[in-house]
Amino acid sequence: MSDLTVSAMADLTASTDRSRALSAFKLSDKTFYWLTRISALTVLFILGGIILSLIVGAWPAMKTFGFDFLITRRWAPQLSPSPILGALGPIYGTIVTSFIAMLIAVPVGIGIAVFLTEFCPPSLRRSIAIAIELLAGIPSIIYGMWGFFVLAPFMTDYFMPAVIAIFENVPVLNVIFAGPPSYLSLFNASLVLAIMILPFITAIARDVFETVPHMLKESAYGLGCTTSEVVKNIIIPFTRTGIIGGIMLALGRALGETMAVTFIIGNSFQISGSIFSPGTTISAAIASEFAEASGVHMSALILLGLLLFVLTFIVLAAARYMLARLEMKQGK
Amino acid sequence: MKFNTILSSSLIAGMAMFGLSNVQAAEITGAGATFPYPIYSKWADAYKTETNNALNYASVGSGAGIKQIQAKTVTFGATDAPLTAQELAKDGMAQFPMVMGAIVMVVNIDGVKPGELVLDGKTLGDIYLGAIKTWDNDAIKKLNANVKLPSAAITVVRRSDGSGTSFNFTDYLAKVNADWKSKIGVGQAVEWPAGVGAKGNEGIAGNVAQTKNSIGYVEYAYAKQNNLTYVSMINAAGKKVSPSLAGFQAAASNAQWKSEEGFYQILTNQPGDASWPMTAATFILMYKDPSDKAASAEALKFFGWAYDKGGKAAEELDYIPMPANVVTMVKAMWAKDIKSK
Repeated sequence: MSDLTVSAMADLTASTDRSRALSAFKLSDKTFYWLTRISALTVLFILGGIILSLIVGAWPAMKTFGFDFLITRRWAPQLSPSPILGALGPIYGTIVTSFIAMLIAVPVGIGIAVFLTEFCPPSLRRSIAIAIELLAGIPSIIYGMWGFFVLAPFMTDYFMPAVIAIFENVPVLNVIFAGPPSYLSLFNASLVLAIMILPFITAIARDVFETVPHMLKESAYGLGCTTSEVVKNIIIPFTRTGIIGGIMLALGRALGETMAVTFIIGNSFQISGSIFSPGTTISAAIASEFAEASGVHMSALILLGLLLFVLTFIVLAAARYMLARLEMKQGK
Repeated sequence: MKFNTILSSSLIAGMAMFGLSNVQAAEITGAGATFPYPIYSKWADAYKTETNNALNYASVGSGAGIKQIQAKTVTFGATDAPLTAQELAKDGMAQFPMVMGAIVMVVNIDGVKPGELVLDGKTLGDIYLGAIKTWDNDAIKKLNANVKLPSAAITVVRRSDGSGTSFNFTDYLAKVNADWKSKIGVGQAVEWPAGVGAKGNEGIAGNVAQTKNSIGYVEYAYAKQNNLTYVSMINAAGKKVSPSLAGFQAAASNAQWKSEEGFYQILTNQPGDASWPMTAATFILMYKDPSDKAASAEALKFFGWAYDKGGKAAEELDYIPMPANVVTMVKAMWAKDIKSK
């Protein structure tokens, strides 16, 4: 009986020790759990706070203009007693510049990534990769200055007149590429934006391309595929999610880019159909006029900011929906 | 232990320097018009050499300047678009003119030299309305028989921000072009029918310098310092005038300054054979009962110095100093209206 008692007491002591050891961890575990949870919740709160303050700030403009704000082109803040303000110009400019920037940057970015992973000799690979990353690190205002002093003169003096002359008699395109060529234009801003978002697409594409299993690629080569066929049929479908993620990141930057665009887009609220004429984007409009706006004008600028937020959100949601449908088709 | 010593000693040193610097030099803060920025920065430089007090002037445009002084983030605001007596009374502010200058048109056309091109008010208004689209338009050719004008499109450059320079420019256009007056009107920020927007006088100067076949309006100091091609104008008396200190002074001599109205004065399109049509005065806004009376008093000391000793520097940049009788009126207004205790 004493043996039983001794062994029972030993078990008891062992389990007490074990539970004491575990409970010592319990406190630090719980603290860690709560710290991380509070960080995550803080981010949510900040996001919610920003959205709330945007809505509160934009409320006077929403009340004054209603849905007409989205379809009015006229921007006349100085009219009294009540200004006439419309977001059509900035929204048009934002969509057009981002679209053209993506049109240029996505093929070039993916092309660079394909080159770096498939064709590039190892000696050159490192330097090109570093050059691309440096491109991402250049401050956006330097891009604006470079675009204003170097790119715009070159484009406006040589490229634009040539394009205008080529498309002069083509029915639809002669409206899009109509003269007179303007130094500060939607097209120049799109070019600068394209160069700015290129590194994002390239870096992410390159990273996901390197995750493609070598076995897959080599089995395709073994069957006699050319490199372009491998890229088109193996690499890109495999990395589809990552590439679309990278494109969305780049698009987010293009939609919101302020300083580089403000320098080079011309700040004109006219909509003319030609990409060689000046325009404005939502962020450029806000940057230009925020310092002296007050009352309904200020509220309208905040409403523009809210619209940009909604626009970015719609684009992201559309991308996710598209991805989900693709994966559904694949049977995942 | 060693890190702690370094940290605490650097903190003490920093606080000591902060305390010392507080005692030695005052910093006057102001914001507003880009129109007088060249002369204000020149004065600030000379004032700092003489008295070791610094002037921190943010050249952000008249609209932003008015907004900042209303928000009390600066000691004084600067604007070329003067506030009316009612607006001043509403905010409890005092307004006085600091210096006068002139707006000139600058162009960038190959082969055209400064002062060679001649424009009159109506043609200028039509260019800015977008009614005249190319340089070889008949209206411009009529005024410029001897100048070779290209058949290129005119790139009109105007301000994208709220600007007192725009206010004076649109005031002039409204006086000389009936279409402008009915369609667009006068203001710091109007609905510009044509052209690209640039930020500040500097922005327009930079844009015109870069863009071929462009035209813009800037304060004369910007045109002179950047070697831009300025344009001669036909004034109200029908005479052709080139921008010059004499022409600006001729226009300014017509002014009737009144203290009770906040010295409100617009000097565009003044009569006189030698008058430059786009002369303008630039104003300072300060609170009558400021929350920081010491800062306000420092600012008034600077302005008094500028009135008394800054005239020569102003004339070197082709700004016109205020006449002596106006200075007396302004100083009397300071003593009466602006509380310093």
